[in-house]
Amino acid sequence: MGTESCPNCGARVVSRSRRSLQRVWAWWLAGLICYVPANIYPMLETRTLVHTESATIVGGVAELAAHGAYGIALIILVASVVIPVGKFASIAFLAFSVGSVSRAAPQARHGVHEIVEYIGRWSMIDVFVVAILSSLVQLNAVAAIQPGPASLAFALSVIFTMLSAQAFDPRMIWDGIEDRGAGIARE
Amino acid sequence: MVDTSNLEDLIVCTECDALYRVRQPARGEVAICARCHTVLAAPRAKAALQIVALAVATLILITGAAVFPFLRIEAGGVANAASVLDIAYAFSDGFLTVLVVATIAMILAIPALRTGLIIYVLAPFIVDRPALPGARAAFRVSQELRPWAMAEVFAIGCAVSLVKVADLAQVTFGPAFWMFAALTVLIVIQQKFMCSWSVWNALGSQTPS
Repeated sequence: MGTESCPNCGARVVSRSRRSLQRVWAWWLAGLICYVPANIYPMLETRTLVHTESATIVGGVAELAAHGAYGIALIILVASVVIPVGKFASIAFLAFSVGSVSRAAPQARHGVHEIVEYIGRWSMIDVFVVAILSSLVQLNAVAAIQPGPASLAFALSVIFTMLSAQAFDPRMIWDGIEDRGAGIARE
Repeated sequence: MVDTSNLEDLIVCTECDALYRVRQPARGEVAICARCHTVLAAPRAKAALQIVALAVATLILITGAAVFPFLRIEAGGVANAASVLDIAYAFSDGFLTVLVVATIAMILAIPALRTGLIIYVLAPFIVDRPALPGARAAFRVSQELRPWAMAEVFAIGCAVSLVKVADLAQVTFGPAFWMFAALTVLIVIQQKFMCSWSVWNALGSQTPS
């Protein structure tokens, strides 16, 4: 062997590196820092004939629920609050469990990583909603919606946590266990 | 233990590093890692042709979805229509400009780039020609960009927005809306057909570039 890059695709070949955990934590922290202003500042500013109001992420969810749109309120709540918070917790758990000897089954931890990687991008829903609403609802005096500063902070938070999850090397979960199974094929 | 005397027919699970001896899965079979259940290989007959056909359709739809009006609303005699590009430009004031670039990239540019790269890699196989130069790098880039192509996330975003706008104004769908709906379905089907193991095999059977 002794090759530094994959002869097939040219990607750099690395076994395990301790530094990958540092990258995970760096992106994780950047994501967490951005998540704070994302919740404090308004996501949307709505101007109608009578009044101007600005809504934060949680405020927007509350407003939707007050209008009776529980399903949509739930989607936004899951995409913007439950998934990001769950991601922060899951990535921290995975990174810690690799650093020390964990009692959690590798199968379970691998499942957590798979879910985190798959689900992370869906948090962008709220950013897209802000974009759609603010370009569409431009009806001069009648109603106008402008994006708020939280949209940028939230988008960055999602991107940083996606990078954090990608930096995590799932192979590290399996290091040190030696129960080898054979490949299976199923119909 | 796996016999490591012949490196040619070994396959390593990219997720958990388990080592297997690989054989070409029979028709309809899927090779799955016994330890972490990651799909290792899921080849399909004539997949290249199907994927390229879907990719060409996707590219056409992306172009259409970008330029035609997407949604139109009306309230109190005032109307406004927005295309997908207008939607990205919603963030155009001041420090939010970065989001314009990011939004266009995630919903249009990256899906289009990925699709283009996949056509570049797979099209030669349909006509039994050797892969084009740089096909390996192109395929790797297209695989790495996968999480950043968010057309289907945008589709859910549309659904949510429609509900939010519905009580404020009357909404009508433009042609781009339906194109985007079809586009989302095509992208999902295309990903189902794609078996990266088979593509690497096909690329690998040729002289290394």
